Amino acid sequence: MSDVFGKDGGFVTTTVDGFLRWSQANSIWPLTFGLACCAIEMMNLTAPRYDLARFGSEAFRASPRQADLMIVSGRLCNKMVPVVKQVYQQMAEPKWVVAMGACASSGGVFDNYAVVQGVDNVIPVDVYVPGCPPVPEAVIDAIQKLRARIAKDDPKGGIASHG
Amino acid sequence: MADLALNPIERANAARENVNTVVIPQLTEAFANKLEQIPPTNDQIPQVWATPDSLRAVALWLKDRGFAMLVDVAGVDYYPKRDPRFEVVYMFRDLKTLGMIRVRVRCTEKQAVPTLSDIWTMADPAEREIFDQFGITFKNHPNLTRMLNPDDWEGHPLRRDYPLRGPRALINLEMPADENRYHGFVDEESKDGK
Amino acid sequence: MQLSIGPHHPATHGVLRVILELEGEIIAKAQPETGFLHTGIEKNAEHLTWQQANVVIDRMDYLNPLGNNCGYCLTVEKALGITDRIPARATVARVILMELQRIASHLVYISTGGLDLGAITPFFWGFDIREQILDIFEETTGQRMNPSYIRIGGLAQDLPANFKEMVHKFLKETPGRMQDMRNLILGNPIFIDRTRGVGKLPQERALALGLTGHNLRVTGCDYDVRKYYPYCGYEKYDFKVPVYHNGDLNDRIALRFDEVDESLKIVKQALDNLPDGRHVIDDRKLVLPPKEEVKESMEALIHHFKLVQYGFDVPAGETYHAVESPRGELGFYIVSEGGNKPARVRVRPPAFYATYALSEMLPGHFVADMAGIIAGIDPVFGEVDR
Repeated sequence: MSDVFGKDGGFVTTTVDGFLRWSQANSIWPLTFGLACCAIEMMNLTAPRYDLARFGSEAFRASPRQADLMIVSGRLCNKMVPVVKQVYQQMAEPKWVVAMGACASSGGVFDNYAVVQGVDNVIPVDVYVPGCPPVPEAVIDAIQKLRARIAKDDPKGGIASHG
Repeated sequence: MADLALNPIERANAARENVNTVVIPQLTEAFANKLEQIPPTNDQIPQVWATPDSLRAVALWLKDRGFAMLVDVAGVDYYPKRDPRFEVVYMFRDLKTLGMIRVRVRCTEKQAVPTLSDIWTMADPAEREIFDQFGITFKNHPNLTRMLNPDDWEGHPLRRDYPLRGPRALINLEMPADENRYHGFVDEESKDGK
Repeated sequence: MQLSIGPHHPATHGVLRVILELEGEIIAKAQPETGFLHTGIEKNAEHLTWQQANVVIDRMDYLNPLGNNCGYCLTVEKALGITDRIPARATVARVILMELQRIASHLVYISTGGLDLGAITPFFWGFDIREQILDIFEETTGQRMNPSYIRIGGLAQDLPANFKEMVHKFLKETPGRMQDMRNLILGNPIFIDRTRGVGKLPQERALALGLTGHNLRVTGCDYDVRKYYPYCGYEKYDFKVPVYHNGDLNDRIALRFDEVDESLKIVKQALDNLPDGRHVIDDRKLVLPPKEEVKESMEALIHHFKLVQYGFDVPAGETYHAVESPRGELGFYIVSEGGNKPARVRVRPPAFYATYALSEMLPGHFVADMAGIIAGIDPVFGEVDR
């Protein structure tokens, strides 16, 4: 009996854990956080050719309370910073962030007063996708990597939650 | 609107001729020492200097004569090459003849330019943006607040003496090479005690 | 009741805050607030050379990057005085690419407009047609979006060998699909109910609000920069400018379908007349020499070095030039002080004036119509905020 409900996780809890991680990885619902040009490529991601729904992201929710993944697509500008912070705080755990594009990763082409040099100055980021804008296949690759980590490592997945 | 049956290039040339030979002489006559014609540049659009206090009268004069469309209001900073450093550029268009005229108002930091937002509603956001980016104030503007930058932003970004990186430019003006690294720098040779 | 439709919202087409004062369900006052995507493009352009500034100007109106490119390049070419020396192949290719970009932008407009009104199918159909256009762009320019392909002096590189074939294929397949979409959307009774009479604006107010492009053409004025101040040889193409008179949302969307048909006509005419020849002007002081020559000839190497390190000088003066973007009259007012960097690049953003026209268009409507009206003016916030 102590094998099944043992201290290091015995059989039942690890199986249930694994099942939960599998289900989380296969139904990541993104939040529509399109800011600029990358948002159009994100829309292409939901379009029939680069369908993201086949990987479980069937519903792009507009409300942060109902979404798991925040794809920050576009340049983060000074006036938008408190909005990003508030939206991120309103998302429920477990949540992940993908910084899509060069501007969200590090400021991109715009090294000036108006663009925050990387969204990770404001919120923790799990996956960075380079490109200006990245091809939708690159974003699918990023989401696949995130799903692999969620399914394998720990339920929080991603870099940001590893301290 | 304009007669599209005519060759548009000829029509544009005729409109320009009209503005140069008819409208501008009448305009300079009506506003004797407050207006001056500027020689045209490569885009051949007739242009005039105006003073801030004559601007409203000039705009209304032009509107009465058919230049009913205000195309754009732009702000330019000519620092340090020119004093007064700022210029507010108004471009008017007559949709019937397709003539265009550019009115340029020179002003300093302290001078206020009268607003045109009660005549053309589109001047309202355009002037707000010029205030935000240059610091030029507009008299009698209904809502002269910052629009593009956050409300508590200091400085006016599009001025020539504002640094490109803004407040970030002032943080690390001189970064010695050994501090400008991602990881800590360990000098292997000097550790051996030389 | 005061309601703030915040910058993060599915129906605002980007980052826009609209502060509404409601009386029940009817909007009494509306005040749009923009600035959430202010990127400092105009300031950035002052610190880049004339050719480099092309890259940041691209990313302004991100649904029409080739149009931004072309507008900026035409303005600088006017300032340089080389407009007559641009080779015919480059001019015709610019027209084809700009019109294809216009079709792609209109497809986004129709698809996302449909989404805002509750129709999901046009989104999938429209974006699938658009994928074909993006394939043509990727083959020609190297990138689906923000290609910076139209440069000062012509094009960045010559058109690929299969360009005519790709565009022909697109021209063959698209009219049928556009007709399907038209039947699906414009004939739908729910769509007609939701859009008839919504967002009306009389012509005098539209002119005073600075609206141009489709926002003005639905009120009865036929102002189109391509017809009134032709550039790039547009006076040679036979196309109509559709005009409607009601000024409401239904007219706007019907106008867009007509504009797509006209653009397809222009692309066909331009493609039939695509000449061979150079793709850039023959001036080594403005455009890079071919790479093979740089490896062999000393002068070519020096020209290459100077152009990459310094750029070229544009004579001092002010220049204004406008092109017809899918949103209206996109104007560029460029101030040069004789150097290799622009002293001021002012972009006249058509969507900026359209967004601030919302304070006149929204009052009197239901909150539910707000999404449709914001979609109807076709705002792109990269351009509104620059």
